[in-house]
Amino acid sequence: MEMNDMSIVKYYLVKILIAGGATIAVLWILTPFIIAILYAFTNPADYYSPNIVLPLRYTFEHVQKLLALGATKAIFNSVAVALMTIGLSFILGLPAGYAFARYIFPGKDSLKLFIVSLRMFPIMVIAVPLVTLYIRLGLSDTLLGVALAHTAMSLPFVIVITSSIFAGVPKELEEAALIFGLDRKGAFLRITMPLALPGLAAAAIFTFIMSWNEVFIASVLTLTNRTLPAFILTSAMAATDFIKFAAGFIMILPAMIFVFIARRYLITMWGITLR
Amino acid sequence: MSKSRRDFERYIPYLLILPALSYLIFFIGYPLIQALYLALFPDGRFSMENIDYLFTSPFSRFEEAFANTILLVITIIPIQVAIAIGLAMLFNMKFPGRNTALYMVVLPLTISDVAAGLIWYSLLSSNGFFNKLLINLGLISEPIQFFGYQFRHMEFLAIVLTELWRATAIVFVILFAGLQMISREYIEAAEVFGATVWQRIRYIVFPMLKPSLQAALIIRTLFAFQIFGVVWILAGRDIPVLAGEAYYEQVELKHTGVAAIYALIIALISIVIGYIYIKLFKAKYLEV
Amino acid sequence: MVDVHLKNIVKKFGKTIAVNGINLDINDGEFIVLLGPSGCGKTTTLRVIAGLEKPDEGHVFFGDREVTYLPPRERNVSMVFQSYAIWPHMTVYDNIAFPLKIKKVPREEIDKKVKWAAELLQISELLNRYPHQLSGGQRQRVAVARAIVVEPDVLLMDEPLSNLDALLRVKMRSELKKLQRRIKVTTIYVTHDQVEAMTMGDRIAVMNAGKIMQVGTSEEIYLKPSNLFVAGFVGSPQMNFFEATVRINDSNIILDAGDFTITLEKEYAKFLKNYDEKTVIVGIRPEHMYPLDLIASKKGTSEIEGTVDFVEALGSDTIVHVNTRNMIMVVKISGSHRYKIGSKIKVALDLRQLHVFDKSTEKAII
Repeated sequence: MEMNDMSIVKYYLVKILIAGGATIAVLWILTPFIIAILYAFTNPADYYSPNIVLPLRYTFEHVQKLLALGATKAIFNSVAVALMTIGLSFILGLPAGYAFARYIFPGKDSLKLFIVSLRMFPIMVIAVPLVTLYIRLGLSDTLLGVALAHTAMSLPFVIVITSSIFAGVPKELEEAALIFGLDRKGAFLRITMPLALPGLAAAAIFTFIMSWNEVFIASVLTLTNRTLPAFILTSAMAATDFIKFAAGFIMILPAMIFVFIARRYLITMWGITLR
Repeated sequence: MSKSRRDFERYIPYLLILPALSYLIFFIGYPLIQALYLALFPDGRFSMENIDYLFTSPFSRFEEAFANTILLVITIIPIQVAIAIGLAMLFNMKFPGRNTALYMVVLPLTISDVAAGLIWYSLLSSNGFFNKLLINLGLISEPIQFFGYQFRHMEFLAIVLTELWRATAIVFVILFAGLQMISREYIEAAEVFGATVWQRIRYIVFPMLKPSLQAALIIRTLFAFQIFGVVWILAGRDIPVLAGEAYYEQVELKHTGVAAIYALIIALISIVIGYIYIKLFKAKYLEV
Repeated sequence: MVDVHLKNIVKKFGKTIAVNGINLDINDGEFIVLLGPSGCGKTTTLRVIAGLEKPDEGHVFFGDREVTYLPPRERNVSMVFQSYAIWPHMTVYDNIAFPLKIKKVPREEIDKKVKWAAELLQISELLNRYPHQLSGGQRQRVAVARAIVVEPDVLLMDEPLSNLDALLRVKMRSELKKLQRRIKVTTIYVTHDQVEAMTMGDRIAVMNAGKIMQVGTSEEIYLKPSNLFVAGFVGSPQMNFFEATVRINDSNIILDAGDFTITLEKEYAKFLKNYDEKTVIVGIRPEHMYPLDLIASKKGTSEIEGTVDFVEALGSDTIVHVNTRNMIMVVKISGSHRYKIGSKIKVALDLRQLHVFDKSTEKAII
């Protein structure tokens, strides 16, 4: 039956194209990561040897040197800033997200639009004026100052994301709690929050990554208490190639770990928030 | 419930939103106004001297920065959108391992632009992977120089490559989410009524993807105008861009007013572009 | 207008067998209904006919043409989807015109045909609107208009009325049937609603678990179900089923159900001759049972006695649940009657409407 054979050929052709396309896409994305990680640990001799494409011998010395140069402190700074950012933006953003999810009130749509449009606002615009403001407030060159700025950057995101997470918890569950004896606050804490927790955890991870990666504001606002991206931008740039590679590695490491943990939420969250 | 209690209930949502809203207005509104002040009122009096500086000072690389930024945007974004559309359609089909592949393709979203720059530096430096591979395959005899002032056009290429690798995922994710939301039945109906694959894409999928495309373009273009880390790592000031100059003026030269102007220019461009995109893309219907 | 033949269609999804050997011949111009519960494979069968799925085994013929592996485009089929699948970004006019546009029909002819279809479905005033401006019922008509505008060989409908509210559903049932008679296209209609199937179908194919249990007119299905499933699926309230032991005597046959016995004429012996002393399943529809005080003659009936357990007063009918000590029999009486709960009642069973099923094969014996 000719019809049968033609369709089978077409069928497999399509399958091959899809598999091929997917493979190329994945390889294109993954290869630089793999290479960069390998090079961060490469033996210097292998690196300079023109015949060795991928390093054969590995060493920790580049990472160690980088840490000694001041990266360790920078890492701590970054972590501190990120944690403060998460704390602040959740304290401010969670209630707002809940309000948008559960209440209908005049001005809701405009407010939401306003907050969403702030997301697209070039946040670096605030960095320069903040320098002068911070000098006056005594926040100049402090981690808190950076965290405050990062909070402004991530707050719209947190509001939008928590709003959709709370909206995903069926209202009936809260209402049932209200009937069976809890007040609104109790229902929120004992019913909604536990159900929202996985999504909120993913949102927290995402906020962490956003703060961890942010480079412009951190570089402008700090001099001695630099976060990791700021530190690398300035100090590590003048160093040897190896230091640069090591720098790349420690920058991407936490992100890769976190993303692996929260991978299921990643796509849906980015899709929702970036709309 | 007493009347006062009911009235109070009405204000609850506003109270919940108030802290976040005031924070945002303060931390964004105030610096904005402050930026205007810094830019146009240095020393307290109105003066165009900062704007003047941009065009006349020997230190200023404004025109170059402006041109470079625009050039980068026009080069990178169309290619990214094309790749992202292809990827989104590819991943919209089910194939084994799709989810794992999805996580991997989205990985660049999780790293900073500085990290992306460093990663591609390791790929493109004269002892980097790319060069070594080509040399060992016998395709070239000398490493291709991507970096250094005299190779500025190669630096430009390096930046484009890195950005393509790093930021296509942003467009992809939005388009992919939008594609997933198109109910399969719409496409099946078209199939039953005679449309070929191309006709289905053209008449059904594409129009229904417009809102996502609009959102993706706005976000990507706005972010593209703020390009900084990648350029700084790969080219330093060899290729000035708007955000890079803002940084340089502020941190190295301490010309706060000038830096403020750069920031405001970026903000202005963002608003204009956003407006243009919205007008361009009037999506007439809402998905029911 | 073609006849459709399905031969040994098998379709699996992973380990699940959705369609397990379907054979069906559909006549040219016929309105046939695939009826069955959720998951019985009716929608999958429809999609195989449409070309949206390719069967793992078996063949589909439109007339003499084998279409088994052809894409939908090349089959000249049309489909009304359960959710209508009206494209939201196109006007009603463009939606209906789409199949013609794809076939590159000249514009004036498209216009004529779209207007013709819209007229038939009474949506001519809506041609310039967008789907989000329409009600559910209107959208459904657009879906049907779009399906008939190409004058397909085969028209497929996948539960098109299930999303409409009850009143509209009843109205659309007759409209769709009348439409089909007018344009005389071979129509295959999928539903789980047996009333829909009975009122609309020229023939009904009752399906369960991927197989066709019985094909016939609504009369045949109702009066002569060939197996237990069909007997129980069609008819509301459901047919009464109970087990009984067969005893064949010289003069008659007795079905002993414990609480009561039913005596059959000797002529039925030929059907039951292998079942002496064996257990069978007996079925009788609620509407074929009559309270003794309401019938004129007891000829051809058998009596049972019990107490009234529960009464449903529907206005047009009264449904009485009768407790016969070990089981409950449901009796449907026409009209409004009063029965006191707990009172004794005697009911006659119309023996001509009695069904007997083999306990293991579930096939009908009588």
